[in-house]
Amino acid sequence: MDAPVKASVAEGAGRAVGRPLPHDSAHLHVTGRAAYTDDLPEPRDLLHVAVGMSREAHARIRALGLERVRRAPGVIAVLTAADIPGRNNFGPIVADDPILVADEALYAGHPLFAVAASDHVAARKAARLAEVDYEPLPAILDPETAVAAGAFVLPSERLTRGDPAAAIAGAPNRVSRRVRCGGQDQFYLEGHVAMAVPEEDGALTVYSSTQHPDEVQHMVAHATNRAAKDVVVICRRMGGAFGGKESQAALIACLAALMAGRTGRPCKLRLDRDDDMIMTGKRHDFVIDYTAGFDGDGRILGVDFTLMSRCGISADLSGPVNDRAMFHCDNTYYLEHVRITSHRCRTNTVSNTAFRGFGGPQGMFAIEYLIDDIARHLGKDPLEVRLCNLYGKGERNVTHYGQEVTDNIAPDIIKALAEDAEYAERRAAIRDWNTASPVLKRGIALTPVKFGISFTSTHLNQAAALVHVYKDGSVLLNHGGTEMGQGLYIKVAQVVADEFGIDIGRVRSTAADTSKVPNASATAASSGSDMNGKAAQAAARKIRARLADVACRRFGVAESAIEFAGDRVTAGAQSLAFAELAALAWAERVPLSATGFYRTPGIHYDRASFTGRPFFYFAYGAAVSEVVVDTLTGENRIVRVDILHDCGDSLNPAVDLGQIEGGFVQGAGWLTTEELCWNAAGELTTHAPSTYKIPVCSDLAPDFRVRMLASAANREDTIYRSKAVGEPPLMLALSVFHALRDALATADNPAPPLVAPATPEAVLRALGELADA
Amino acid sequence: MPGPATNDRAARSIRFLLDGEIVTVDNPDPTRTVLQYLREDLRRTGTKEGCAEGDCGACTVVVGTPAGEGLELRAVNACIRFLPTLDGTELFTVESLADAAGLHPVQRAMVEAHASQCGFCTPGFVMSLFALYKNPAFNAVDRPGRRDIDEALAGNLCRCTGYRPIVAAAQAMYDGAGEGDDAGNASGNASGDHPGDNSGAWLRAPGNTCPLPPGRARRLEALARRAPLDIRHGQRRFTAPTSLDGLAAALAERPGATLLAGGTDVGLWVTKALRELDDIVYVGRVPELKRLAVAGDALEIGAGVSLADSVPALVARYPGLEEMFARFASPPIRNAGTLGGNLANGSPIGDALPALMVLGTTLVLCSAAGRREVALDAFYPEYGRTARRRGEFLEAIRVPLPAPDPPGGQRLVRCYKVSKRFDQDISAVCAAFHVLVADGTVVSATVAFGGMAATVRRALHCEAALTGAPWSRATIDEAAQVLGRDYEPISDMRATAAYRLRVAQNLLRRLHAESATGAAPGPGVRAYGRAG
Repeated sequence: MDAPVKASVAEGAGRAVGRPLPHDSAHLHVTGRAAYTDDLPEPRDLLHVAVGMSREAHARIRALGLERVRRAPGVIAVLTAADIPGRNNFGPIVADDPILVADEALYAGHPLFAVAASDHVAARKAARLAEVDYEPLPAILDPETAVAAGAFVLPSERLTRGDPAAAIAGAPNRVSRRVRCGGQDQFYLEGHVAMAVPEEDGALTVYSSTQHPDEVQHMVAHATNRAAKDVVVICRRMGGAFGGKESQAALIACLAALMAGRTGRPCKLRLDRDDDMIMTGKRHDFVIDYTAGFDGDGRILGVDFTLMSRCGISADLSGPVNDRAMFHCDNTYYLEHVRITSHRCRTNTVSNTAFRGFGGPQGMFAIEYLIDDIARHLGKDPLEVRLCNLYGKGERNVTHYGQEVTDNIAPDIIKALAEDAEYAERRAAIRDWNTASPVLKRGIALTPVKFGISFTSTHLNQAAALVHVYKDGSVLLNHGGTEMGQGLYIKVAQVVADEFGIDIGRVRSTAADTSKVPNASATAASSGSDMNGKAAQAAARKIRARLADVACRRFGVAESAIEFAGDRVTAGAQSLAFAELAALAWAERVPLSATGFYRTPGIHYDRASFTGRPFFYFAYGAAVSEVVVDTLTGENRIVRVDILHDCGDSLNPAVDLGQIEGGFVQGAGWLTTEELCWNAAGELTTHAPSTYKIPVCSDLAPDFRVRMLASAANREDTIYRSKAVGEPPLMLALSVFHALRDALATADNPAPPLVAPATPEAVLRALGELADA
Repeated sequence: MPGPATNDRAARSIRFLLDGEIVTVDNPDPTRTVLQYLREDLRRTGTKEGCAEGDCGACTVVVGTPAGEGLELRAVNACIRFLPTLDGTELFTVESLADAAGLHPVQRAMVEAHASQCGFCTPGFVMSLFALYKNPAFNAVDRPGRRDIDEALAGNLCRCTGYRPIVAAAQAMYDGAGEGDDAGNASGNASGDHPGDNSGAWLRAPGNTCPLPPGRARRLEALARRAPLDIRHGQRRFTAPTSLDGLAAALAERPGATLLAGGTDVGLWVTKALRELDDIVYVGRVPELKRLAVAGDALEIGAGVSLADSVPALVARYPGLEEMFARFASPPIRNAGTLGGNLANGSPIGDALPALMVLGTTLVLCSAAGRREVALDAFYPEYGRTARRRGEFLEAIRVPLPAPDPPGGQRLVRCYKVSKRFDQDISAVCAAFHVLVADGTVVSATVAFGGMAATVRRALHCEAALTGAPWSRATIDEAAQVLGRDYEPISDMRATAAYRLRVAQNLLRRLHAESATGAAPGPGVRAYGRAG
């Protein structure tokens, strides 16, 4: 249970940045006083909305019989596609995602209609009473079938560097394999919810549990035939999101807003857990083919990847998700001759979407599997093969998409971690132990992470903030970022407190609100603190400069002599309380409110050629996992984990540690117990926690050692030289998967064909214990 | 003196304590959940809905039941608990803990350990930890170990933290007990909400070291019921007989009524299937059904005894069942759910069924017409049906006591559960074995599996292959082979047919391996490498 927190920023007096401050809402979380969207006081006459879904995976709707729905107790209104006054779409990039099905249902769960009733249960009961006449159509239920049928939501993409075919053909060794990694439900504990409240003169306020209030605002405006100025979207906090509330929240908000428009009454839609899991997108499952040629050391000479992902019925965010998968097929390794083909498969299953890592995990899954295969082919320690393929420093350091890796600390992290974790000694001991243990087998693996930070769509890399200083010296902070538990609000507040040299208690962070900061990007791509921190800093600096100006005049000194610290503004022997200075500035008619803006510098990227510098920098880490497997049942558990992760100079080591630990465990869930299953009719059969198993407390390794890299200032000019930490740690869990594979390997079965998730059944299958496919 | 009208109202009203005060609800909707009541009626929104099926724990509350001088505190899932079943208890929610003196030690430990991120699961964790904190087995000196904490939190899902800081909070929560701002409470006005009640000090005292505040005790006594509950809510009826005869009479009169015990399955009929249950007979107030005692050569467990209370009694007598029961549901489910409910429900994946079947368990069924006893292995004629007749209810479960090992022999009683996740998952396969070996030969063998057929049932071909044969690997292989004749399992989201059959066979091999090495029960990986 040893998890030392090392604050890598020296603690100056009163300095907030770099301190392990608690989450700004922690005291509210533990007392139940933190209000989530469903906890907000309900307006009078509130209606509750429920959604009627398609039972068929693919069908023409011959008739949608809603009479029984309309007559059900408590029902006030019913909404169908024909009742939508504006655009029937919530697809963020391609307009191919109807809010309600007009005539063709594309997956089992596709929303057909909505019903509003006086209470939640009445609405849910009514939604089940529809009489739908389906004309079933052929359904494509998996990516391989989609590829065979040429069914894609977006054109296939290809990225080639060098001459992989020749490099593979000329290599002394070759390996080919088809590997699979499953999807993953976000399983945020708070399901999707939105409440739409009609305001005067056609305006609408939408309280939405969303990572992307701006997009919700625009989608609601389009659907309800309003201008963006007529819609305000507010989100104080989410009960988890993990990417699942990036594009998907718009569907729920649009339905609530449309129903509010139809009835003229406030309307709330809160999805039941099963409906949420059936109706909203998840992580893409991938089928991956690779062929690689390599030398006797295991160095990859050429590799050809084909990525096939389940996108579901529409494009949603599948374009950038699959792009990121292509970008991360290198992980920390130099691929001189490489070809990556990416198929974005159209299936009659729910449209998949963002999930922490956003394609990166699947890309890394591919390359790490290949590296492991090469090692097993050569009979080498996989770590040796990893080391000999790493990006160099100053050479072998240009990615397959043309970005130079200038901040490569992967080799140092791996070396330090391997020593700390006693990788070599333990590996040898485990081999001895296994020879004497016929049933239980242990395994160990070290895997690194290199994750590109920035939205790959360059224009999304912008953020804004709004800061007010009141004349009592207290500060109100707003920015375009949303709080989903990741600690964004406390981190940005720490930055602002330090700009003014005031105690963090003087700063209040307020709900994300499209009427305060417009046109904000989603809080996604791990970019929240990087971008909103800089934007808030810029706003605070504007005000501080004005305050400094006032102080200069007051003290009769140059601006360079002014110091903001300890809740005071000081110049030599002269000093004012910050609050006194604020009041003074107000009296002098100096504006104490400012906006700040930030655009990530230096990034550019040509989508057509897949070249450029899509990422501002890379975040690194590595993990060693040790597992034990029961070869009679396939059951397995993680025994020990050692992590060394790079957060740059952390803004808040406690928050960042939480991201590392939580991301790792979530990734381990993806690769072990979390299995999405569909039946032959295309219905998701794992749509509740009773059937979909995320990690519980006992799944946490009993020996779990997490460290943050010390003295790790980001080489790029990020906020206080920190690094993004939201997504990268998830991929540290690949070490768990490869430790499992290590445990299963024998002389007769040196490279077991384990698929992810490595459920007990998948393990027995990889052991060759199950005859069928 | 209460007249008839008052009596009538008393019969139709439930009363319980919340924040130490008596709450009365007249004619509540019988299937309104405690969670709906808290969130929608009281606007007490700290308790969250995460799944509405008792699986995620975001709705965890603690229910106190008077026990001797004090209260027995148990974490339960508010999302599937029907409101009328709170009658006579004290309810604690996340809002109950902090007071004018500040955060409760559990809450403070959670904050200091950075154990909340999004915070949505946090109220449920706080309440599960509060139940652990008040558990008499632990205190500031004897703190819960990792296993105790895993166990206590098995019914709470957190998607953000990865649990490490929550475990840290569970170990640190005793630090503040009886010190600092808490210490002042012991002598005087502990709680701003209940002046003079000393409630804050009681809440903050770990284990059972602090007596119940006198005011609290008096109010709890006042909840004692004079007439059985008989709620009429519109067309719905809910009665809670207080005697075996009363229960038999109620079922004789209303044989179609839904029998409700812990509600851990019936609750889902309402929250998930959206069924209307218009007539409910609640067995939770029948004292005879709460008995747990040795009667003759059997352990007799009343049908209303919770799983939490049944399991230790079973495991004490059959240690080979510990591994399975440790993985059986979660504390909030075991605290509410009953062993009787698990058996009477008749699910093909009911985890108690295989084990109790191989032990030769019988069920005592009771009705106004009398009693009869049915062997458990004859209780499940087909999927979704049991041998229980209309008007009958399960009164008790009779589990034979362990007989001594035969001279020169060995009695093997083992139960293995296999599922995707170790804790709180539904079995892909659940195997139970009761094998008697003497002088290297199998004297008798009883084998039953869950998850392998439409009902839990015995593997008769397998038993026949074992009985009379040498206790050898060859016999085991033969017995494993014929399991394919005993069962044709299905493929579903939990496992394929091929996996189920292979694992069933391999569990037989595990049994043999364990008997050969004399290994302790359950050498699987669940226990491997875990700290104490």
